[in-house]
Amino acid sequence: MENRMTVRFAALGVNESFARSVAAAFAAHLDPTLEELTEIKTGVSEAVSNSIIHGYREDPEGIVEMECKVSEKRYITLIIRDWGAGIEDVEKAREPMFTTGKPEERSGMGFTVMESFMDRVEVVSEAGEGTTVTMTKRLDACGK
Amino acid sequence: MQSSFLVTDDIFVVSVSGELDHHCAGKLREEIDEAMDAFKCRHLVMDMEKVTFMDSSGIGVVLGRYSKISERGGRLVLAGCSDYVEKILLMAGVFTVINKENTAEEAIWLLRGYEQMKLGVNE
Ligand SMILES: Nc1ncnc2c1ncn2[C@@H]1O[C@H](COP(=O)(O)OP(=O)(O)O)[C@@H](O)[C@H]1O
Ligand SMILES: [Mg+2]
Repeated sequence: MENRMTVRFAALGVNESFARSVAAAFAAHLDPTLEELTEIKTGVSEAVSNSIIHGYREDPEGIVEMECKVSEKRYITLIIRDWGAGIEDVEKAREPMFTTGKPEERSGMGFTVMESFMDRVEVVSEAGEGTTVTMTKRLDACGK
Repeated sequence: MQSSFLVTDDIFVVSVSGELDHHCAGKLREEIDEAMDAFKCRHLVMDMEKVTFMDSSGIGVVLGRYSKISERGGRLVLAGCSDYVEKILLMAGVFTVINKENTAEEAIWLLRGYEQMKLGVNE
């Protein structure tokens, strides 16, 4: 069964856990393994916190959108979108340890974590326009 | 996220529980730094056994504490990391510079042993 949903929320730190829980609840009907659920939650947490921290610099007026889709073949797609600062050089931003955040707080490992937990991570961004991160993961077939 | 701590000699042991993300990372950072200063602790044990979720913000907290503490000649030891927490920390090569032990008790023993070894050398 194909299924989809979209949520929009303010760029507030408290909504990071909200977004992860919503994505996990949505994926639940596919009977993912506990490990897969955690991986989905981690990917969402990384992308959403990036929109909040880097996209909007924690301005609560900013809006983050999360779209989730699942296909019959057990592919889950998570699209996290913001209309914030955008990224000048996406390739550079995706490098491990690269961060424009405060070095004593950020590790620059967010994209690396997304890439290792998801099967495919696509980043479309333009400075001043915003950022769209699309993550796709194939869930284990033996889920029931 | 919740944290509780205990102080033994100059070792500060913080036990972190719940979900550790960017939203909670700031609070945890402040709590650890303030309490370590107040109790004049040199070493830190971070007990991660009760962490149920962590993203790369956790790496930032760990590496941030590591550089602060090692500047003052102290050591950081991680304890009770689940396979999942360990996997994320491994991505950043955290364990090339930071020791890990299975339990907070073992981490405390490691630090005490390290202190004694230093005393031995000084004599
Ligand atoms: N949504 C976004 N809007 C603007 N910049 C972003 C966004 N996501 C990522 N970036 C840029 O990419 C860099 C790397 O991101 P990431 O790997 O998650 O590390 P970190 O969040 O620790 O800086 C960020 O420091 C930031 O410059
Ligand atoms: Mg990030």
